[in-house]
Amino acid sequence: MSSSLTQKKDDDPTRSVAPFRRHELGTQPDYFYPAYRATKLRAPSQPLIFLPHTLSEVTGPVFGHSDIRSHDQDLTVQHAGEPLGERIVVRGRVVDGDGHAVPNSLIEIWQANAAGRYAHTKDDHPAPLDPNFSGTGRTLTDKDGFYSFVTIKPGAYPWRNHDNAWRPAHIHFSLFGPAFVTRLITQMYFPGDPLFAYDPILQSIPDERARQRLVSKFDLETTKAEWALGYRFDIVLRGRESTPFEK
Amino acid sequence: MDLTPTPSQTVGPYLHLGLTDARSISRIAGDAATGQRIWLTFRALDGDGAPVPDAMIELWQADSEGNYARPGGDDDAAAFRGFGRMATAEDGSCTFETIRPGGVAGPGGTVQAPHINVSILGRGILKRLSTRLYFAGEPANHADPILALVPEDRCSTLLAHPDPARANNWVFDVRLRGKGETVFFDV
Repeated sequence: MSSSLTQKKDDDPTRSVAPFRRHELGTQPDYFYPAYRATKLRAPSQPLIFLPHTLSEVTGPVFGHSDIRSHDQDLTVQHAGEPLGERIVVRGRVVDGDGHAVPNSLIEIWQANAAGRYAHTKDDHPAPLDPNFSGTGRTLTDKDGFYSFVTIKPGAYPWRNHDNAWRPAHIHFSLFGPAFVTRLITQMYFPGDPLFAYDPILQSIPDERARQRLVSKFDLETTKAEWALGYRFDIVLRGRESTPFEK
Repeated sequence: MDLTPTPSQTVGPYLHLGLTDARSISRIAGDAATGQRIWLTFRALDGDGAPVPDAMIELWQADSEGNYARPGGDDDAAAFRGFGRMATAEDGSCTFETIRPGGVAGPGGTVQAPHINVSILGRGILKRLSTRLYFAGEPANHADPILALVPEDRCSTLLAHPDPARANNWVFDVRLRGKGETVFFDV
């Protein structure tokens, strides 16, 4: 069986697939990272088995396009009143590893409120909930891969990973891209946060330049005068190893 | 612009807010989908064998003919979308309703045995874990090109088993670490 997997030519062109590029060493977090305590019981101990991409990996769900509402991308207008905190605009572009736009693709976000509290039943941090803030948004990228959200700058919050542990302020991002293997769930941080050095979740990414890719940049162009500061957060999904042949 | 892919981060304990509270998809196949209707129960267990109550399972599968849903299709209304996602409950489990997939075209003219592509995300999981669900007793498993890459003594971790108590129900354990650890793939 393994000989057929390494076969370069395929008798039936409809059965050949263009595989996606693999990650460079150090640019993604490890599974087992003891400083992040929860990995100790949830990271596999056996090495992963390399899976050459088949139709199952290069296809992916088309999901979430039909019921997006206009207020889904503005987290400050989802309730009767305005949420408390610093209003911000987060804008960016989603591209693949070749720099091509990823258009018409679902992005889902969720976050704590300005006080660092999630509107989640399991969050028991003694900071106030905001009745005007759910902290949930979604949107589609446009034809050029751009997206934007209006929201409130989330607060930092404590967690119980270690003594006096605090998460830097962040927004969770979920993206699908075109294939099963392009699925990405990540977190966006804010520039200059003094908590970065103490956060094992961010530090689980070995490469410093890769970590910096999760830090948004203040962007005057995105900033709206007399209304909200703007942050730019671009996202790169995996690209293909080679361009598939046109038939 | 640096085109190195953006790093993954854990989905965290509050994933429900952004992902499954409003858009949990337990039904992968609607009434109009053809094929054998089945229910798949996943159970996520950690390195101590304890249930993982705050994970999310995502599935991607072919239809009963072995075809994947295509981009441009009428996704959310489709009888068969091929995609599901659910948060695990306090006992680490979740159950999807779907149809049994057909064999899928494989490399070099091979046919992959019926399988479901599985992602596991959760607190303490810094990047998505990927595995595959195969069906115990399926004759095509012996010729599957991906199962052939898995050490024989670990293949059993990729098999869903029929639930003896309920017809057309299958159970698949995802053991994240330690004894009986599920095979995870580098995709």
